[in-house]
Amino acid sequence: MLTRTLARLSWVDLILRVFQIIAAIVIVIGIVNVFRSNTYTSNQWATLVFAGLAQGSIYALIALGYTLVYGILLMINFAHGEVYMAGAFSTVFLAGYFSNTGFLQSSPILAIIIMIIFAAAVSTAIALLLERIAYRPLRNAPRLIPLITAIGASFTLQYTFRGLYGAEFKSYPQVPALSGTVNVIGFDVPLVQLVVFFAAVGLMIALYLYVERTKSGKAMRAVSEDKDVARLMGIDIDRVIVTTFALGGALAGAAGVFNGLFRPQGVFFFMGFFPGIKAFTAAVLGGIGNIPGAMIGGLMLGLIESLGPNSIVEGLGIPSANQLKDAIAFSVLVLILIYRPQGIFGERLAEKKA
Amino acid sequence: MSKRLLLVVSLLVFASIILAACGGASLECTDAIGCVEVAPGEPITLAYMLTTTGATAFLGEDSLGGIEIVIADRGEFLGHEIELIGEDSLCSAEGGQTAATKVAANESVVGVIGTNCSGAATAALDTISSAGLTMCSPSNTAPALTDDGPDGTWQPGYFRAAHNDLFQGRIAADFAYDILGARSAATIHDGSPYADQLQSVFAGRFAELGGTVTFQGAVNVGDTDMRPVLTSAAADSPDVLYFPIFEPEGPFIVAQSSEIEGLEDTTLMGADGLLVASFAGNSGANAEGMFLSGPFLSGSAYDDFLAKWADQIGGVPPSGFHAFAADCTNMLLDAIEATAQVGGDGTVLVGQQAVRDAMAATSGFAGLSGNLSCTPTGDCATGEALGVFEITSAEINDGNWPPEAIWTP
Repeated sequence: MLTRTLARLSWVDLILRVFQIIAAIVIVIGIVNVFRSNTYTSNQWATLVFAGLAQGSIYALIALGYTLVYGILLMINFAHGEVYMAGAFSTVFLAGYFSNTGFLQSSPILAIIIMIIFAAAVSTAIALLLERIAYRPLRNAPRLIPLITAIGASFTLQYTFRGLYGAEFKSYPQVPALSGTVNVIGFDVPLVQLVVFFAAVGLMIALYLYVERTKSGKAMRAVSEDKDVARLMGIDIDRVIVTTFALGGALAGAAGVFNGLFRPQGVFFFMGFFPGIKAFTAAVLGGIGNIPGAMIGGLMLGLIESLGPNSIVEGLGIPSANQLKDAIAFSVLVLILIYRPQGIFGERLAEKKA
Repeated sequence: MSKRLLLVVSLLVFASIILAACGGASLECTDAIGCVEVAPGEPITLAYMLTTTGATAFLGEDSLGGIEIVIADRGEFLGHEIELIGEDSLCSAEGGQTAATKVAANESVVGVIGTNCSGAATAALDTISSAGLTMCSPSNTAPALTDDGPDGTWQPGYFRAAHNDLFQGRIAADFAYDILGARSAATIHDGSPYADQLQSVFAGRFAELGGTVTFQGAVNVGDTDMRPVLTSAAADSPDVLYFPIFEPEGPFIVAQSSEIEGLEDTTLMGADGLLVASFAGNSGANAEGMFLSGPFLSGSAYDDFLAKWADQIGGVPPSGFHAFAADCTNMLLDAIEATAQVGGDGTVLVGQQAVRDAMAATSGFAGLSGNLSCTPTGDCATGEALGVFEITSAEINDGNWPPEAIWTP
């Protein structure tokens, strides 16, 4: 029995298996070392966990845009990071105006809702423009061509916004109503992180219900299953695709405002690049094309990034742990994909579509 | 047919002999490494190599404004117009190499202003130096660039108006130890040669004075969540946290520092990379009471310069190196003016070694960034124009800039 199993394993499988085991051991050693040395207090760990969750929920909102478009078109919209930037960057001026006029201080909830709607509108408009100008003419082209176009569109958007608003760094204003901390199971957590986290989760649930419960959500799922059959059933494919881009854009715009509340600094034309890559990673981590997967993938990535350097890397005694933050996040991604190539919530349809 | 051709050719030869006799006889290139000739009616060409795209584009815009204002001020130069051409050197070694290759291939260039980032300069230097060009940087601060020893990368033709980090790291450590009374310090850099060398000079000096350096960490350019590195730094609750990095990473550190347990009594300190008009507002309330070291620009000449900026470019300079860019341009143009030969017909012959020698001989040049005197290996800043600034609520909330210098060495 054992010999037969061994015989069926190829060398590659064997090496991968050994690699998985070694990686798991290394991670455990790192974590155990850090906790044994007691370098950090539980309050410090709590800070990292909650910040990671807030960051992760922002990644998740952006990741949904990748996953929705991939689910429908099997295309990776690499310009999606710029859609997020467009919303965040445009709204920074509105937020500054609200803050200067005192509106943000007197009625913060209304002001933030208006900001989210504005950002979502800008991002949606950019996403729709992208779809119409860059992707629709190439819909039947080989799959690499829209991908390259997306990269080109990404640069075009970055430098358009640089031309419009300049190369300086802008910041969102502080929202007095959101400063301060809340006691969660004995830890002081900044209120803004909780608000961002729950608002983002709320939006994700709303999206999930939209896709699962409404008629146009059903149409989206049908197009995602089989475009040709869906067309035969009388579904307007173009409209479904436009809806998909609009939804992804709106979520990215909202993510831009949440990012501005959670981390007001560093708003500039290049700000979409890294979150875009991270969110794409999150989408792959969760299983690209799968909506709950993108949510879980985003949250996981946020947590790994936040906790990884201080736990795993420092425990192994590697210097400059924090410079390896991204390396850790991506190593974990590789590890998870070795175990589950289709991602955590991997799509069962993946093979047929690919 | 052939007779007519012969006639034309001999006429041309004759004419060129005459022209050479009356125009160029006095202009003979005697320079050891060659000359750049500017014909009558043609512009004198300066080149810039700055980071004009990407995340550090604000640095390039800042320097470019300084250069343009000086060129506009100078007007006609040696009877010619000054033409400014430029290449994007990015903030990377590849960018520096590419820009240098393009600039060196252009035979009409008489001098180069650049680069912004030390990493780009290191890569560009070989090409620029062997092309016989003279280059002056407004913002390279890495010590190795003006070090001709075994660890250095200096090459003939390189100058800078920006101050060497050896000055700045030292005064920051002196300030932290002597004035703030700090006895333990942590540092954070971003992996760039600028930040890494600056924090290492700071840490070295701080330890030399008798302080303890508890943590020397690093983040990546593009990181937005600084809580992990701040948590590492907080493990020993240092008296001072020194992070000589840039925007937007600097404001992230300042804004997120208050969330971390163990940093309550830590004084934050940054360097000139953060001495930018947008920094205080971007960092928010936590910036109050923190310190920045950097160039201490003041005086009526600088006020005039800012007025010209508002007039010609609009607004205020986006970073802190425009004055050095202006000083570089002025020193370079002065060196060219002092050494160039001007022919009777307006031809200008610029000797390349002569320009380098004249630059190296610069002494007591009254620039916007203080008095500049160049060493043989190109360090023109004397460190006199450095100070430590304190950020108060006026900078954070009311847009006051620059902050008040509270200490000068």
